[in-house]
Amino acid sequence: MNQLTIPIIFYIFAAVTVLSAAFVVFSKNVIYSAFSLLFTFFGVAALYVFLSADFIAVTQVVVYVGGILVLLLFGVMFTNTIMQTELKADVLNLLPGVLLLVLLIAGMLFSFYTAGGWMPGMDQLHGSVVESIGLETMSRYMLPFEMVSIVLLVALIGAAYLARYDKAHKKEN
Amino acid sequence: MSSTPSLNTWSDALSGWSIGWLPLGLVIVAAIPLVFIALYALTYGVYGERKISAFMQDRLGPMEVGFWGILQTLADILKLLQKEDIVPTLADKFLFVVGPGILFVGSFLAFAVLPFGPAFIGADLNVGLFYAIGIVAIEVVGILAAGWGSNNKWALYGAVRSVAQIVSYEIPASIALLCAAMMAGTLSMQQINVLQSGPGGFLHWFLFTNPIAWLPFLIYFISSLAETNRAPFDIPEAESELVAGYFTEYSGMKFAVIFLAEYGSMFMVSAVLAIAFLGGWNSPLPDLGSLKLNAMTSGPLWGAFWIIMKGFFFIFVQMWLRWTLPRLRVDQLMYLCWKVLTPFALVAFVLTAVWEIYR
Repeated sequence: MNQLTIPIIFYIFAAVTVLSAAFVVFSKNVIYSAFSLLFTFFGVAALYVFLSADFIAVTQVVVYVGGILVLLLFGVMFTNTIMQTELKADVLNLLPGVLLLVLLIAGMLFSFYTAGGWMPGMDQLHGSVVESIGLETMSRYMLPFEMVSIVLLVALIGAAYLARYDKAHKKEN
Repeated sequence: MSSTPSLNTWSDALSGWSIGWLPLGLVIVAAIPLVFIALYALTYGVYGERKISAFMQDRLGPMEVGFWGILQTLADILKLLQKEDIVPTLADKFLFVVGPGILFVGSFLAFAVLPFGPAFIGADLNVGLFYAIGIVAIEVVGILAAGWGSNNKWALYGAVRSVAQIVSYEIPASIALLCAAMMAGTLSMQQINVLQSGPGGFLHWFLFTNPIAWLPFLIYFISSLAETNRAPFDIPEAESELVAGYFTEYSGMKFAVIFLAEYGSMFMVSAVLAIAFLGGWNSPLPDLGSLKLNAMTSGPLWGAFWIIMKGFFFIFVQMWLRWTLPRLRVDQLMYLCWKVLTPFALVAFVLTAVWEIYR
């Protein structure tokens, strides 16, 4: 493959990510924002591929596009009067807002240039990343993994309880 | 099993080929599955399905255009090309146009990891199987865009049903494929195929090396029917309820693109089923003593032949089921997914794990 090809592909995906993310923020129509998120997530997944994190890239597509984005789209579609909503606050403080924005960006850029830097890992990965992720999850990160699964189980039970058809309550009415 | 020395040689050579700065080889590698989908959808997909359905209903099917109606699809394509491209006035124009595109891209992206024989694969990722399951998510967004953009209540209902069905059936399908991944110990599509090759032909396939492999095999097959919206799970396009589902408003080439995407994902799930359980590009014929049937029918071209034939066989089964079984109701569909397939998939998962540890 040509030396120039990989940077060109990288910049295409970076542009897709940034432009679609900007569209998510600036679009007047909520549904367009939601659909634009598809390209943002997809672009981020592609950027993960450039970092040789192919497992995380596919997980990004599965979780964010297949799960969260679909949930978001369903939420938007089932909301009434979604088209007429004026996405604008009544209070518009231009000066403090711009000041805060500039300060935030400056702070982030400053910390990125001073403290941020690519730190290459100590040991090189050999073979499939999936295997080491699985081994690490089941050994060193066992406790966080189990805690996350319990939190998710509780959330699932809670959602099922809330959405359940309440027989006892219906009989009273 | 040692890996075949000729693994991926064709696609590697092709992707390295470029004219000047232009990486033409990469474009050709991507174009080959595209041409394949178009050709197979034209010949086997449309014409084959019409003929098979006709024979199952004791009819003759298309007979007028060409010998036994063999040019019928070509005539249909010419008709579709000439048709006026109608966008409903009140439709959301942008989403209406972009929907079929996203849908087709989502269905086509999975072909990147499908090995067409031992010498050709788009990208031999070491998360290939996971990628093939996961990339369907993009198709889901395309369906929602098409359904919402049409501004038609039937189209929206069809899209919502279709998405709910695809998202739920991904769970039993993924667990079933995990069983195959566990038997292989890898997620790379080519390695899964290599592990199932050997002089014994079909005896080395995962379906026949593990006493419980038939269970995840069946579960994945049933879930794949639901994921491609095929009968008996075609409630998203139930003609008697929803006109045609999320593509009710589409005409002309956009309709053709949606159909191409559907046929593309039909082949994709069939090929994944063949790779995960039925040896992919490996020849089914065993070596019989001095008669080296397996060695005679292996190689890059034979590999392409076998995987395409296995894919076509499962597409035939899908068509067969379509004209045999009645359609499920929405609640029956969800019952089947969550209360039948998912528990059985988990049982199969545990049993496969036990078998893999103690055999």
